[in-house]
Amino acid sequence: MYNGGKILIGIIVFLLFAAFPFYNNIGKVSAKPEPKLNTPVIQQLAEKKCVEPKDFMKAEHMQMLNDWRDSAIREGKRTYINSEGKPFYISLQNTCMNCHSNKKEFCDKCHTYAAVKPYCWTCHIEPKEKRS
Amino acid sequence: MKILVPFFAVIALVLLAVIGTAANLHFLFGAVIPYAALFIFIFGVIYRVLKWAKSPVPFCIPTTCGQQKSLPWIKQNKLENPSGTLHVIGRMALEVLTFRSLFRNIKGELRDGSKFVYGSDKWLWLGGIAFHYAFLIVLLRHIRLFAEPTPAYLYILEAFDGFLQIGIPRLFATGVVLLAAAAFLFLRRIYVPQVRYISLAADYFPLFLIMGIAATGIIMRYFFKTDIVGVKELAMGLVGFNPVIPKSVGSIFYVHLLLVSALFAYFPFSKLMHMGGVFLSPTRNMVANSREFRHVNPWNYPVKVHTYEEYEEDFREKMKMAEIPVEKE
Repeated sequence: MYNGGKILIGIIVFLLFAAFPFYNNIGKVSAKPEPKLNTPVIQQLAEKKCVEPKDFMKAEHMQMLNDWRDSAIREGKRTYINSEGKPFYISLQNTCMNCHSNKKEFCDKCHTYAAVKPYCWTCHIEPKEKRS
Repeated sequence: MKILVPFFAVIALVLLAVIGTAANLHFLFGAVIPYAALFIFIFGVIYRVLKWAKSPVPFCIPTTCGQQKSLPWIKQNKLENPSGTLHVIGRMALEVLTFRSLFRNIKGELRDGSKFVYGSDKWLWLGGIAFHYAFLIVLLRHIRLFAEPTPAYLYILEAFDGFLQIGIPRLFATGVVLLAAAAFLFLRRIYVPQVRYISLAADYFPLFLIMGIAATGIIMRYFFKTDIVGVKELAMGLVGFNPVIPKSVGSIFYVHLLLVSALFAYFPFSKLMHMGGVFLSPTRNMVANSREFRHVNPWNYPVKVHTYEEYEEDFREKMKMAEIPVEKE
């Protein structure tokens, strides 16, 4: 082999990059996030249902919030009719956060896990919660 | 043929993943194949590099296009004609990071029927650099699925990548650039007759594969959203050697994963090895000091020579008799 030293350095650098996720996680334990739904308001609901079905909300809530913002702020329409024909008042803080008042235990759980930084809170005021 | 075979190969991979998930082979497609692909990638790349390292460089062949190191009052062009290791490192860094030799690309064409003219042609360089940097950033962004907690620098990267704040989830510019640049490089192969003539199936296959990867990634993020928490659970299981298969992850993710696995497994056998090869190109990484030092071909073996002294030794008496002058009496 020619230039063995330089080749070896190159291979080591390659391994450092290629195996990064593996050695980066040695000794770390990560658990799947479990967003909590046990706020007082949700517990008092007769029918524990969100605006739309759970699977839809899980995948499309960000799109829905975006549409709600456009509808409320840009068009002034404050009523949303869901897939069952039920009307809802369009408001992040008065509708969504009324039930899901536990941002840290609900929103942030998955967002932190998946490294998502929603920009809701650049305009809205973050709810003041006690750190649990 | 050269286009259709790799195209259908990628389609076959897509169908394979769809059928595989329909047949409940999630563990095979979510754990076994990715591990195998990564194994082939890492050891394949090392094998190829070691194999290259075994071939000697017989001649001193750095390409130069600047003033060589000469008399002290003549200014040397250190990047174009490196005379030391530091110059070579600078030259290699510019080559690897900015594709300098591709930037010099020129194109010749006939003007007015008979005049052959050369002109600068930067489109290939632009497409290439856009493609490579977009791919790099896309790859780095995926670290968020492999590291818990996500390192802070990834938030900065994502903030820059998504700074246009188009739509929700925020549009990442690099995803669009990656797909557009790969499409441009593909169209270039089809529309430029000379390039089309020299393009092989091995040129189209990685392009289709990467376009497929980018397209499935974009679909998963913006259109048919996959369960990102489930994806991270799977990814974290893989890097922790404790694979888990969440049920909530749809087949589109497995298509993406199989295409990525195919790219990784194909890498060491293909032209994609230019990732390692660029560092080993003698025309770039050699010092242009052929006037200072003699470059000895490493495979030279000792040659048996018969010097004049030995010749005279053998025939001195006969030479003297024939009155031929000799050096030693």
